[in-house]
Amino acid sequence: MKETEDMCLGVPGKVIAIDGLDATVDFFGVRKSLRLDIVDEPVQVGDYVLNHVGFAIRRIPPEEVQETLALFDQILEVSGAKEDLMAADVRGEMAAGKDQK
Amino acid sequence: MSNDDLFRQLKFRDPARARALAEALRHNMDAIGREVSVMHVCGSHEQAIARFGLRAVLPPGLELIMGPGCPVCVTDGPEVDEAVALAMQGVRVCTYGDMLRLPGTARSLADAQADGGKVEVVYSISQAVELAQAHPEEQVVFLASGFETTAVATAAVALASPPPNFSILSVHKYVPAAMEIVAASKETHIEGYVAAGHAAIITGWAIFEPFAARTGAPVVVAGFEPLDILAALVKLTELIREGRPEVANVYPRCVTKEGNLPAQRSLWRAFRTVTGRWRGIADVPGGNLELVPELAALDARKRFRIDTAGVRDAAAEEEAKGCICGRIMLGLATPEHCALFGTTCVPESPVGACMVSSEGQCRIWHTYGGVPDLRKVG
Ligand code: SF4
Ligand code: SF4
Repeated sequence: MKETEDMCLGVPGKVIAIDGLDATVDFFGVRKSLRLDIVDEPVQVGDYVLNHVGFAIRRIPPEEVQETLALFDQILEVSGAKEDLMAADVRGEMAAGKDQK
Repeated sequence: MSNDDLFRQLKFRDPARARALAEALRHNMDAIGREVSVMHVCGSHEQAIARFGLRAVLPPGLELIMGPGCPVCVTDGPEVDEAVALAMQGVRVCTYGDMLRLPGTARSLADAQADGGKVEVVYSISQAVELAQAHPEEQVVFLASGFETTAVATAAVALASPPPNFSILSVHKYVPAAMEIVAASKETHIEGYVAAGHAAIITGWAIFEPFAARTGAPVVVAGFEPLDILAALVKLTELIREGRPEVANVYPRCVTKEGNLPAQRSLWRAFRTVTGRWRGIADVPGGNLELVPELAALDARKRFRIDTAGVRDAAAEEEAKGCICGRIMLGLATPEHCALFGTTCVPESPVGACMVSSEGQCRIWHTYGGVPDLRKVG
């Protein structure tokens, strides 16, 4: 792995398989295996989670994604452009650190 | 909308929203009508700020300073020396990649590796445990660095009965303690803080309330996308404008008021806070996390006689060379103030800790093209 592997990255990944406390998680096309020991709530396949040094630290409920978006719009009141800029960016970021197991 | 679509929406990199947020920020600054300095305390925030050139869109008069936000940078030289000494004693030392080239007072772990010490980079503490399982004849020590977010991973492993040949050298640091140091500093005049989203996922946002009330400075918890950071600055300037030293959370998709309670329970079952030295800063009361006495058997400091005799004061030596990392971490200077920045001191041959870690401010600024402030460039 790269020496400069970031300790933290705020990108959510989708759980695609669970084996005990080990989960396989897809981050916009890059797969990582994460431990589920300290996640805040029970996690199921299909859930989105946040990774921190190989551990899922948060199951992100879809309602709260909506809430964040609503909060921004409330701070602002804008109707946004609809291009998906994130997927490509994120793929690059995750790929940079993917050669762990 | 399906969940997948919703999470794709998590782009938070939408230019129209960004422009609107920048506009709102300018309104708030106009209303305040004077210069304001705010601080963020997270290396991941600085990366996003530098990478997306956010300082270039900040209104004049708003200064966004990076505080002691990188756990690698604040790991003290003598702490590295302990790991180096263990590696040279024949122990297999595992740690996160960023720690490898961090200077100790005499040597880094990379130096120890070159000198025949067993040093291994791992992505996660679980990998270190696997190495211990695969090499039962060896002693494996995990040099555990990072803030509370990382410490909960260490705690989970510590509480899960790891193999007998595995132990932990904790140099974990606790962020709220460092915010106190900055707030107490007479030199800085920070009027508000952007708090680290990851740490707050664990601790919850309410933990900052006493701090905000006591120091009179509002705190806003933010995520790591450019929009998250801009939204936090809009909220922060709004609170400053209205003179409300409150805590706000613009990262509700991840951070709750009380945080991740099971993780907090593990954290405090495994660790207690002790006074520890942060590189370039000071002895920070409550700033280090030490394994609790019940887990002493897992504590590398108790298991081994770590002989670091003859260590020197690395911070003083870096300073003598002209490195101003300490001032940068306290928010009193930026890399452009350092005469060595980008000349003598570059990522390939770093002089100070801030150039070593990918979350160090000197390294980030260097990576993204010097001073990430287009206003200065023209
Ligand atoms: S550990 Fe926390 S403070 Fe450090 S860079 Fe990651 S999110 Fe920021
Ligand atoms: S540029 Fe190098 S020498 Fe200067 S403060 Fe940063 S790390 Fe220290």
